[in-house]
Amino acid sequence: MDLFEYQGKQYFERYDIPVSKGGVAVSVDEAVRIADSVSYPVVVKAQVKVGGRGKAGGVKLASTPEEVRQHAGNILGMDIKGHTVERLWVEHATDIAKEWYASFTLDRAAQLHLLMLSVKGGVEIEEVARTDPEALVKVHVDPSEGYSLSQAMDAVTKAGIDAEVRGETAKLLVDLYRCFVEGDCDLVEINPLVLTTGGKVHALDAKVTLDDNAMFRHPEWEEFAATDTTDEREKSAKQRGLNYVGLDGDVGIIANGAGLAMSTLDVVSQVGGSAANFLDIGGGADAALMTSALDLINSDSNVKSILVNIFGGITRCDEVAKGIVQALAGVDLKSSIVLRLDGTNAEEGREILAGHISDRLLVEKTMLDAASRAVAMAATKDSNGGDQG
Amino acid sequence: MSIFVDENTTVIVQGLTGSQGRFHGLRNRDYGTKVVAGVTPGKGGTDVDGIPVYDSVKEAVEATGAVASFVVVPPRGAAEAILEAAGAGISLVVCITEGIPAQDEARAVNILKRDFPTTRLIGPNCPGIISPGKCNIGITPGNIALPGGPVGVVSRSGTLTYQALHELSQQKVGQTTCVGIGGDPVPGTSFVDCLAAFEQDLETRAVMMIGEIGGSAEESAAEFISASMTKPVVAYIAGQTAPPGRRMGHAGAIVSGNSGTAQGKMDALNAAGVRVAKNPTEAGEIMVDIVHSL
Repeated sequence: MDLFEYQGKQYFERYDIPVSKGGVAVSVDEAVRIADSVSYPVVVKAQVKVGGRGKAGGVKLASTPEEVRQHAGNILGMDIKGHTVERLWVEHATDIAKEWYASFTLDRAAQLHLLMLSVKGGVEIEEVARTDPEALVKVHVDPSEGYSLSQAMDAVTKAGIDAEVRGETAKLLVDLYRCFVEGDCDLVEINPLVLTTGGKVHALDAKVTLDDNAMFRHPEWEEFAATDTTDEREKSAKQRGLNYVGLDGDVGIIANGAGLAMSTLDVVSQVGGSAANFLDIGGGADAALMTSALDLINSDSNVKSILVNIFGGITRCDEVAKGIVQALAGVDLKSSIVLRLDGTNAEEGREILAGHISDRLLVEKTMLDAASRAVAMAATKDSNGGDQG
Repeated sequence: MSIFVDENTTVIVQGLTGSQGRFHGLRNRDYGTKVVAGVTPGKGGTDVDGIPVYDSVKEAVEATGAVASFVVVPPRGAAEAILEAAGAGISLVVCITEGIPAQDEARAVNILKRDFPTTRLIGPNCPGIISPGKCNIGITPGNIALPGGPVGVVSRSGTLTYQALHELSQQKVGQTTCVGIGGDPVPGTSFVDCLAAFEQDLETRAVMMIGEIGGSAEESAAEFISASMTKPVVAYIAGQTAPPGRRMGHAGAIVSGNSGTAQGKMDALNAAGVRVAKNPTEAGEIMVDIVHSL
């Protein structure tokens, strides 16, 4: 789960990482109130989970309440790369002397944590890595050993951080690592990490990705989860406990297992179609979950046919079949279902479905045949819909 | 022959008294796997359908001499369970648990490397390992695998592994061993580990690998294949149409910027001489052709 900048900064504060004084606003009036309370000049920043908001006009300096009002009004509701701005972060403006970069993440190939530190911050770090690799210090940290102040001192020295703030920066890195590990993050990134004209080191931005698998030990993440997505389909999927990613096509997909679900999207594309979603009902799904999945897919107005691709392992095909029968009876299905069923109890599953086969429910023997049929049905419905409309 | 397990492998099940542990532990035993003990703290002295349960892995190993452990423990305790097994002298730990926090997993894998270098971890978040007709540790439905070889299978995905076994078995092409290495970011066993073992295994004559988006394990596999592999390899990569920046079910299945794309992996494998299929069915067909021409 990616956090907004303001959430990332609130998260940093728990680990003693210095950030600017500020507040989050959803209205112009609120933005002005926060600006008044943190003192001028302030920066009004669009909160979107996508880069490039500065270039898009989503970050503005304001010296008076009138300017805050003007900028907040312009930025709220603005579209930045497909993301609508619903929140602003208003903070006291910082006098910047230097802009640096710091992050911790997992280096999957090395199976170790990776610190990246550079005195060239405020630009994309990939750009620095390409054009000036010498300026980027990369140090592995063994997750079983942890990260000490002396290791951090070595890194800041190697990176060429100003001598007088090396101790302060090293301490910030240790705190940032603590946030990364104890805070169960997949990524913590500060870009830019600034040296102020007053000689203080300070996180001017915050990019934090939380590890969803650690949710069980972080009840405080509930508030982040509440603002995680604006896609209504994804919100609904989350409430149902379904592993769902919304896409742009018209073939609704239900599969068991992440790999099979991904593969189903691939095959749909290979036979000329386009998936409306990724949905993995997981291992051991029962009839109720299957019905719930069909209900969710059915609520997506883009969906023109539904492809259910099941290879039973822990998941039993008879349970899947029962779920489909229940959905046929209880859900007003707007699209036909094309089903492929193999693996554990597939025969029993097919028997359960035998009396229900119609133009609303078709069964195909292989994944490829099922995908072709579902894509063809979506295309037919598309042209029919066009004729009527 | 088989890799990592054989008909003599003795197995304990950590979490045998839970519903998942009981279901799969007994299924593994029914398949013919030597399931000799279970471990659940506080439940020592009881049994599950005749399989004795111990309080700790150490006691279970002392009593039975087991060499392998099947970890079916919920996410919050799984990393500790893996380390407990290693500490008790278990040489093969198979962990199917999905949802282990990444920080716990990274720490456990690095402790294994440092303190227990001879212990192999398969998984987490995997279907386990099956050598058809000999040993099945995990959740793979045994009936879809066909004994006798000559194909070795290694995969990051559970259901796609089943799909691959199904495609091969239907064409009467058997498997030596099928290893599910799992869909997490820090797996204990890599593609390269399995490819190296299959290359050494006399009975394995060709390898099918099933990868997916995220990370660079397939690119490392391509390097290994190019440099060190004489046996033919067929590959399929799932997630060719996955949008960047989105986690596709598995914790490790995410395209970050330009890295971890299916196309990049397919190109690397192609360049290494691997036959790359565009879907699992085609991978099965290519493999059947290869086996018939061996």
